[in-house]
Formats: sequence, C-alpha cells, structure tokens
Amino acid sequence: MEGSVAYENDLNLEATELRLGLPGTDEREEQTVSNVRNNKRPLQVADEECGANGKSNTQNETAPHAKAQIVGWPPIRSYRKNNFQPKKSECEGPGIYVKVSMDGAAYLRKIDLKVYTGYPELLRALENMFKFTLGEYSDREGYKGSDYAPTYEDKDGDWMLVGDVPWEMFITSCNRLRIMKGSEARGLGCGV
Amino acid sequence: MQKKMAYSFPDEVLEHVFSFIQSDKDRNAVSMVCKSWYDIERWCRRKIFVGNCYAVNPRIVIRRFPEVRSIELKGKPHFADFNLVPDGWGGYVFPWILEMARAYPWLEEIRLKRMVVTDESLELIAKSFKNFKVLVLFSCEGFSTDGLAAIAASCKNLRELDLRDSEVDDLSGHWLSHFPETYTSLVSLNISCLGSDEVSFSALERLVGRCPNLRTLLLNRAVPLDKIANILRRAPQLVEFGTGTYTAELRPDVFSYLAGAFSSCKELRSLSGFWEAVPAYIPAIYSVCSRLTSLNLSFATIQNPDLIKLVSLCPSLQRLLVLDYIEDSGLEALASSCKDLQELRVFPSDPFGVEPNVSLTEQGLVAISWGCPKLESVLYFCRQMSNAALVTIAQNRPNLTRFRLCIIDPKTVDYLTHEPLDVGFGAIVEHCKDLRRLSLSGLLTDRVFDYIGTYAKKLEMLSVAFAGDSDLGLHHVLSGCESLRKLEIRDCPFGDKALLANAAKLETMRSLWMSSCSVSFGACKLLGQKMPRLNVEVIDERGHPDSRPESCPVDKLYIYRSVAGPRVDMPPFVWTKDEDSSLRLS
Repeated sequence: MEGSVAYENDLNLEATELRLGLPGTDEREEQTVSNVRNNKRPLQVADEECGANGKSNTQNETAPHAKAQIVGWPPIRSYRKNNFQPKKSECEGPGIYVKVSMDGAAYLRKIDLKVYTGYPELLRALENMFKFTLGEYSDREGYKGSDYAPTYEDKDGDWMLVGDVPWEMFITSCNRLRIMKGSEARGLGCGV
Repeated sequence: MQKKMAYSFPDEVLEHVFSFIQSDKDRNAVSMVCKSWYDIERWCRRKIFVGNCYAVNPRIVIRRFPEVRSIELKGKPHFADFNLVPDGWGGYVFPWILEMARAYPWLEEIRLKRMVVTDESLELIAKSFKNFKVLVLFSCEGFSTDGLAAIAASCKNLRELDLRDSEVDDLSGHWLSHFPETYTSLVSLNISCLGSDEVSFSALERLVGRCPNLRTLLLNRAVPLDKIANILRRAPQLVEFGTGTYTAELRPDVFSYLAGAFSSCKELRSLSGFWEAVPAYIPAIYSVCSRLTSLNLSFATIQNPDLIKLVSLCPSLQRLLVLDYIEDSGLEALASSCKDLQELRVFPSDPFGVEPNVSLTEQGLVAISWGCPKLESVLYFCRQMSNAALVTIAQNRPNLTRFRLCIIDPKTVDYLTHEPLDVGFGAIVEHCKDLRRLSLSGLLTDRVFDYIGTYAKKLEMLSVAFAGDSDLGLHHVLSGCESLRKLEIRDCPFGDKALLANAAKLETMRSLWMSSCSVSFGACKLLGQKMPRLNVEVIDERGHPDSRPESCPVDKLYIYRSVAGPRVDMPPFVWTKDEDSSLRLS
C-alpha cells in the first residue's frame, strides 16, 4: 500500500487525483481546527513509540473531526461518560430523517441524524444496521481497510465522503446516505 | 536515689483513656511515647486505615494489632479511575481477607477503595466474620452479584452495604432475595452502580419494608420511576435517597402519588440518581427541597430553566453535584440562593465535543466565589479560564481546601491575555492557606510550580497534567510542599534529575505517579537501589524497558513507600530494579 502511494506521487498524479474536500486545501497532518481558535501549542499525544520526549507528534485521528482521543482525558470516570444524552436534540424540533441505501441491499432504511452526537456513533449505527464494517478514517485516505465507504448527498447534489466536515455542518447539509461498496468505494481514498 | 516513677497507672486505666482517642494520627502519636504505651495501644486499637495496601502486608498488621474490628484499605493509584492503570495491575484483597479470617474472627467492618474483590473474597467474608456489619466497596471490581448473595445470606448483623461506583458483574437481580425474611438490621444500602435491567422489585420492597432503621437507600437505574413511590412509602424515615431512572410519560396519577410519597419523608436531606430526568417529574420533589443539604444531579439531563428553578428552591444546600447544563446563569442563581454551599462539582455534559455545547465559563465559578462564603471544595470542568478569574476566586474564598479545575482542552491559555495560567493558580495557593488538594489544568510553566512550592504548605494531594517546562517544576514541588502525600503527574516534561535529587522526599509521601513523562529506566533502577524502603515500579506494556534505547522514557512509573518490601503479585508488565522474574505471578 505504501509502495503504490509513492508510485503515484512519482508520477505526480496528485494534481489529477480525485479528492473530496474544498479545492485548494493542502493535506494537513495536524488537526488545527480547535488549535487555531484557542491559539494553543500543538498537542503532544503519547503514542506507541517513545516519542513523547519533546517531539511534536503527528496526531492520529481515529474518529473524523472528533478530538484526538487522549487516554484518560478529560479526567472523568467511565460511568459518567456513558450517560450523556444527545444535546438538545430530543427536546427541540423534529428529527432529521434521511434515507440510507447500501449497495446490494434489497431495500433502503431511514435514520434520524439528530439521535447521534457525532460520527463515531452514526457509523457504528450504520455498521449495526447493515451488518458490515468500515475501515479507519483519516483525513488523507478516507476509510481504509474495508470494502465500504459511507457517502452522502449534500445540498448541491454532490456525493461526499462522510466525516470530512464538522458534524453540525454534516447533519444540516445531508440529504441522503449511501454506503458504497467495492471498487467504487476503494477509489475514494488515495490508497487501497 | 529517687526511684523512677514508672507509669503507675494500671494498663486498664491507660486503655480506657486511649479508647477516647479515635483518630489514626493521634493513636500513632500515642504509640510513640514509650514502649509500654506502644504495647497497650496496639492491643486496644480497633480501627486501621491502610492508604496503600502494598505499603504493608496483612501479617505485619495482624502482628502489631491483634484486636482490630474495622479495616480500610486502598489499592490502585487514583489515575486508575481514568483508565491509566492496565487491568491486572494488582490491588487484590483476597490475601488480606484470608489472613484476617484467621486472625480477626470479630471483624465488623471492611472498607475498600480501588481494589480487586472476587466472589471468593466475598464468600470468605460472609463465612468468617460472625458479627460482620459494614461492607463498603468504593470503585472496586472483580465480583458479581453471586458474591453479594453470599453476603446477604450469611451476614445476619449487616448494617451497611455500599457498592458505590464499583463495577459489578450483574448476573441477576435475585441476590437481594438472599437476605432472609428475618433480617431487619439494614441501615444503609447503595446499589446505584448495578447495571442490570433485572431488579427484583418485590424483594427490594419487602427488604425496605422490614428494615425500620434504613436511613440510606441509593437505587440503580433499573428501578423505574413508577416504583419509587411504593418504596418511599415503606421507608418514610429515609435520610438519603437515590432514585433510579427518573423518566416516564407524564401521568397525573403517577405524579401525585410520587409527590405524596416524597412529601411524607420528613427526614430526607439528600437526593441523587435522577438518570435521564425529565422536567415533568422534577416538581415531585419540591416538597423536600427546602430541607435538602445534598443534591446530586450529575446524571440528570434536565437543563435551564428547570434546573435553575430546582436549585433555587434548595436554600439549605451544602453539597451540589451537577452537569454543566446549569450554565453560568444557573450558578449565579445558586450563588444567591444557597448561602450554605460548601461543595460544588460541575461535570461536563459533552466532554469530547469540539465546540462548547453550553454557556458555562469561568464566570459561573467566579459568581459562586462571591456568593457562597462557606465554599471549600470545588471540582469544575469548563472550557475557558483567565488568571483574573482565578485571582478573584482566590481572594474571595481563602477558605478553599479542595480546588480541582479541569479546563477541557489541555494547555489552554488565559483566554483574555493568552498567557499561561501560572499567576491564577499561584493566587489560589497563596490565598488559600489551608488548601489540601489541588488539580491543575491549562497552559502552565515551571513558574506555577514555584508558587506551589513556596505557598502550598498544607497541600497533601496534587494532580498535574500537560504542564511545566523542565525538571525544575517537579523540583519546586518536591522540595517545597511540606505536607505532600500524593503526587500524580501525567504528560509533563519531568525527568530523572528532579526525581533523584528529591529521593528522600519520596519516603515521606504515600506515593508518586508519573506517566508519559521523561524518566529513564536507569534512573528508576538507581532510585530503587538507593532507597530500599521505596518500591519503584515501572508499568510498561511494551516489553522490558531495557529492550528500548537508554533515552526512551518509561511509560508509567509508580513509586510508593513500603515496609513490606517488593510485592509478590506483580503482573508481567510491571518492572522493578530486580531482574529476578521469580517474583512474578506465574
């Protein structure tokens, strides 16, 4: 996999690479969304190798646009973490119901996006509903490691990869969901 | 030559005098006066507190104190609460129960915190102690409802069964039925941590109904709202009550029955539970609000204005636990209605969200500091802070004894000046001269530790995360904080120098935890060799620390003083200076 990426770079296919995201944005290795707002120093997340000693680490996002999950932070007991209801959603207004189709499935489903607090919950629910597994999400490569990719049709009628935009933006712009399968899904990232 | 007047009091007299001395510190002081006082005191000590179960072993305790009736033991380090201690680390209570079963047949009370308790241990307790009265399992794990059934069935004199915050394998709600019909001595029951959907309601109601001394009853989520009224009506003498899931469709008959049940509880002073609380049923508790001294709404999903209305009806409140749904406006209301407030804990409703979901800032805490003159204990999660706010809080409330601030994003700066929060926390330690416990957050340099070392002379416990610039920070704390007992540090650039330079200090403390810092295994080995009465334990799941380069810091480090020597139950991922692996569990 690494080899094929290098090969593509050598041929300078980047310029013609199909990308989902705002045109002109560069690949970024650090999540700077919240950092820019607070003017903070970049976060050092202790990772598997011994790199915590003064080096600025690449943050590995395992959940799209959630915070980089630091073990044990914020310092809340686990029985408190599991108790939270979706904020405001059950009190205010009707749900946001969207159709969900899965390539190869006989019929569609409908889900209420307001019920979920973020991407991890939504993706888990989809995995349960259709009995499949998604790969790991990353900014650069989309969902790596499985035959599936979750996509949605936005207000402009374009098909976008689920997870690229902040959650609140997603639920207001999502018209319908489609879980792509097979080669079409794999083509959405820059790697296999 | 004048005969030396040895203590001419008979031992019994001294023993009688000593029986009025209850505190551990005083008892310890008494035992140091002279050899005969040591001997008399040890025979009449009834209550033992062991802050670190590995600091001593059961044999040593039993040898010195042969007539103990009550024991309290603590196991895992505090950061285990946040998943920083791997499973299997230790803290097993069984060896203690085994020895005490033989030595203390009249043991009445066992209180455990952060220990691994198996069903086997519970069964042994049930079998061995004929007059067993109190079992408190605080944040423990490893047992199931089968073990509880054994306790219920055998402990005829049980007064208190408190499982607070423990992880219990909830196999069946029927363990409650194991309390015999003849059993009536229950005073306190806390099962709020039990997860199962099965609770035998009829067994619970019958149990409550036949125990006239029941004062504390904290139910679990499985108990639905419509069952509460019947339980309360059977126990109108309750002082402390915890509901189960507090949600149901609004039905006037259910509501008025419930409201009536609450109002018949004239002694009720403390309420908790309220999982998934709906605003519609909150008014059912209004009749008890004016008498409430403690209210735990930290699982309640109600928001303003219902939340503000509720706390404003509780002028006697001394202790409030709440989610940040209360917002700054709610805290302002709290500051004006609850003048007796001593303890406030505000938990985050959405700790992992990127954007704030509620309007709770430093202003809420500042308002409380202005309005609540008796405030001494604070736990506050928020997303922004300023030095100015902290200085104000410190100046308003020099009587603070516990101050734990968690700014959710690590290394957050003062949002007004973009500076570190050193000066703010410095003000806290300077003004709050009786501060015993402090947790730091936000962007902090070595300067804050200089303040802490200089001013925090009564500080006993300090929690530090993502702070400091160099070893100097750690050195300030270890060399300056005279009363320090527990220090826990994560993700700070503290290394070998400060640790080794302050080695002697570590023997005056209960324990030191350092994870994701810059301490080398070499320094750990050296420390372990220099200080034989310290256990220096490296927790590293990546394999033997020597298999990594010298410069690679250890993952986690736990150092504690001990008279029991190295422990014999270390799991494979705990490393000490001893290469000898025969000390490990097979």
